[in-house]
Amino acid sequence: MAGVGGGNDFQWCFSQVKGAIDEDVAEADIISTVEFNYSGDLLATGDKGGRVVIFQREQESKNRPHSRGEYNVYSTFQSHEPEFDYLKSLEIEEKINKIRWLPQQNAAHFLLSTNDKTIKLWKISERDKRAEGYNLKDEEGRLRGDPFRITSLRVPVLMPMDLMVEASPRRIFANAHTYHINSISVNSDHETYLSADDLRINLWHLEITDRSFNIVDIKPANMEELTEVITAAECHPHQCNVFVYSSSKGTIRLCDMRAAALCDRHTKFFEEPEDPSSRSFFSEIISSISDVKFSHSGRYMMTRDYLSVKVWDLNMENRPVETYQVHEYLRSKLCSLYENDCIFDKFECCWNGSDSAIMTGSYNNFFRMFDRSTRRDITLEASRESSKPRALLKPRKVCTGGKRKKDEISVDSLDFNKKILHTAWHPKENVIAVAATNNLSSLPDVSATLYLLAKPPLKNPPLKKMLGRR
Amino acid sequence: MSTLGVLVWLYSAALALRRKLCYVNACAAQQDRTRMFPKGTKRKCSDGGSGDEATEEAGVADVVKAAAASYSLQRQCLLDMSLIKLQLCHMLVEPNLCRSVLIANTVRQIQEEMTRDGSWQIMTEAFNASQGLSERLVASEILCRPSAAREVDEEGPKPFPAVGYGGCHLEEVVVAEDATLMGMPMMLAAAREEEEEDEEEEEEEEEEEEEEEEEEEEEEEEEEEEEEEVVQVQRPAEGSKTMDQVYGKFEIKSPAPSPDPALEELFSDVDTSYYDLDTMLTGVQGTPKVGPYDLLENLSSHGPTSVGPSSTCRTDLNELDHIMEIIVGS
Repeated sequence: MAGVGGGNDFQWCFSQVKGAIDEDVAEADIISTVEFNYSGDLLATGDKGGRVVIFQREQESKNRPHSRGEYNVYSTFQSHEPEFDYLKSLEIEEKINKIRWLPQQNAAHFLLSTNDKTIKLWKISERDKRAEGYNLKDEEGRLRGDPFRITSLRVPVLMPMDLMVEASPRRIFANAHTYHINSISVNSDHETYLSADDLRINLWHLEITDRSFNIVDIKPANMEELTEVITAAECHPHQCNVFVYSSSKGTIRLCDMRAAALCDRHTKFFEEPEDPSSRSFFSEIISSISDVKFSHSGRYMMTRDYLSVKVWDLNMENRPVETYQVHEYLRSKLCSLYENDCIFDKFECCWNGSDSAIMTGSYNNFFRMFDRSTRRDITLEASRESSKPRALLKPRKVCTGGKRKKDEISVDSLDFNKKILHTAWHPKENVIAVAATNNLSSLPDVSATLYLLAKPPLKNPPLKKMLGRR
Repeated sequence: MSTLGVLVWLYSAALALRRKLCYVNACAAQQDRTRMFPKGTKRKCSDGGSGDEATEEAGVADVVKAAAASYSLQRQCLLDMSLIKLQLCHMLVEPNLCRSVLIANTVRQIQEEMTRDGSWQIMTEAFNASQGLSERLVASEILCRPSAAREVDEEGPKPFPAVGYGGCHLEEVVVAEDATLMGMPMMLAAAREEEEEDEEEEEEEEEEEEEEEEEEEEEEEEEEEEEEEVVQVQRPAEGSKTMDQVYGKFEIKSPAPSPDPALEELFSDVDTSYYDLDTMLTGVQGTPKVGPYDLLENLSSHGPTSVGPSSTCRTDLNELDHIMEIIVGS
C-alpha cells in the first residue's frame, strides 16, 4: 500500500531506534549508506568501518494485520577492509559508499556494496537445516576413526537448526576506477550495472569481473583543464539504455547507450539558468549536485544541491518543474559553511513509493519532507531525546529573523556536526530510515544511530519499549 | 622546541589571528553595508530637499567606498582560505577530487575578478617587493624543471601557484615526453628555509594532536605565506605558471633528473616516476605515510647545502633501494 494518507500527511512517529547506546561507540560506526531492497523487507546499512548490517522486517502476524513489523538484525558482515595502495602510498578507505540491492530471483538475496575503489557482489543466504547422521563423519564433521568398522549404512537426515544467515562474496569487481567511486546503479535488465567515479562511468556485467566498459569519460587530456567532476549517476528504472549523471557544476546529462559506445555526448542536458541576482563566489559550490534519483515512474528525476531539491521532468531540459528549499536560511552563512567545510557535505534525497513525496536531510539532525501535490513541507528531528516510541514527532522550525518564537530554533544554534546525509524510504509503505549522528552526552565521540519512522497506528496498541541494538 | 621555533609559531599565530579578525570585521562590514544601503537610499528619497542632496550623496559615496573596501577584504580572506584548503588535506587518503575542483574554481573566479579590477597586480607587486632572498631563488631554480611544451599563458597576471591538489597526491601515472613537477618546487623551496624546520615539527605535532581548524590555519597560513613569497620571486624569472597547474598534481609526468644509465637499463620496464617523486620528497626509502609536514621536515633536514649533484646521486640510490624494497618486500 502506497501513498500518503489524507489527514495525517505529515504525522510520523519513531518506530525503532537502532544504534550503540553505551560505551562501545566508534567513528567506524558512522552509517554511510542506507538502502531498502525491492520489497522493503530488508534494510541494508553500510558504515565507515566497512561493515554491512542488514535488518529484516518481522513478518506481520495474521492476527494483527495492522501492526507494523519490526526491523531486526538479520545479518552482519565485513564487506570491505582497509587497503593500501602501494603505488601511490595512500590508504584506501573501507568506508561503504553505496549499497544497491539486486532484484530477488531465488531464495537468496544479492547486493552490491562499494567503497572508493572496489565493488563486491554479496550473496546473503539462509540456512535452517543441516544434515545429520553421516556415515563417515561424526557430529563435528571429523572423519570417523576406522571406516572399516562400519557395518551398516544410513541415509543422512535433514534436521532443522537455528537459522543461520551467511554472507559470501560472489564477485569482486576491482581495479576499474582510478578515482573514488561515488555511485553504483543496477540496470533494469538485471544483468548489468554502472559504477561512477569522479571522472568516469563504467558498465559492468554482473557475471564478469575482469572487464568493464567505459561509457563516460570526462577526464580532460590535460588535467589542468579540469573544472567539473561527476558527482552521481543512476540507471533509468525502466529503460535499460538510459542513464543520467550529475556534475559539480549543477548540470545533469542524460545519455542513451544506443547512440554510441562512449556516451561522452549527452542526449539531454539539464541545467537551470543561474539567477544573476544571487550570484556569489559560492554559487558554483552550492549548485554542485550531490544526489540524483529517478522517480519510480521513470518520468521524473530529482536532484539535490546544497540548498534545494529540484524535480525535473525528463522531457524538459531548461528548468526543473519543482524546486523545494531545504534550508534557505543557510544562504547568508555560506562563508562560515565554506570555512568549516560543511558546504561540501553531500546530502542524499529519496522518493516515496508513489512519487508523491520526497525527503532529504539537513543539519541539526533535521530532515525535511515535501509533499508534491499539496506543496506542504515539514521539518522533523531525529534525536534520542525526543524519540519516545510511538510518540508523534513534533515539527521543527528554524527562525531566521530576530524574534525567536517558542519552540523555534535559531540558525546560530544549529549543530552542523549533526547532519543527516543518508535517508531511505520504503518502496511501498510509509516507513523511512534516517541515519543520524549523535553525540551522546556522556561521550565525546560521535556515534551513529538509525531511526526508523512510520506512520502512527490507527488504533493505540499498548506502548512497548522498542529500543534495540545494532 | 627551540626558542626560534616558538617565536615563529607565536608570530604566525598572531598573524593568523589578525587576519581572522579582519575577516570577521570584513564580514561585519559587509553586513553593515547591506543594512546601510537601504538606509541611505531611504534618506535620499524621503528628504528630497536639494540642500541635503550633496551631503547625502557624499554620505552614500562614503558608504560605497567602505563597502568596496570591506568587499575586497572579504574577497582576499576568501582567497586565502581557499588556498589554505587546497594545501591542507589528509595525506593518508587521497583528497576528495570534487572538493578540490570546487575550491580551485573558486580561487580562479576570485583571481579573474581581481584581475578585472586591477587589484591582482597590486597584490603580486606587494609580495615581490617584500622579498629578496636569493637563496630561495637558487633553490627554486634547481628544483624547478620548466617544461618546454608548456604554453605560458600571457593573457593576464598569474594567479598564485602556491596551491596544489592535496600537496603531493598523484592520481595517475602518465609517462610523457616533457616533464614538470608542478607545484612541488614551491613546497620544496619553502622547506629550504632552515628556520622553518622547528616550525614544521611543531606543525606536525599540532596536526597530529588534531587541533582545531583555526590553529591549523594559522600554521598553514604562515607556511603558505612563505610559499607564496617564494613563488613570487621565482615567477618573473621564468614566466608564471597558470592556476591550472594545480591539476598537474594529479599526474606524474615523466622521470626525473639524470639517472644512472646502468640503472635505467636494468629498470627500463619499471615505471619509476612515482618512486622518483616519493624518494625525492621523503629523502629516504618510501614511507607509507607522506604528509606535507613529513615532506617538508625531511627536506629541510637536507639543508640548503645539499642542493646539487650529490642530492641527485643520493636520490638515485634511494630510488633503487625503494624499488628493490617494493619488488622484494611485497
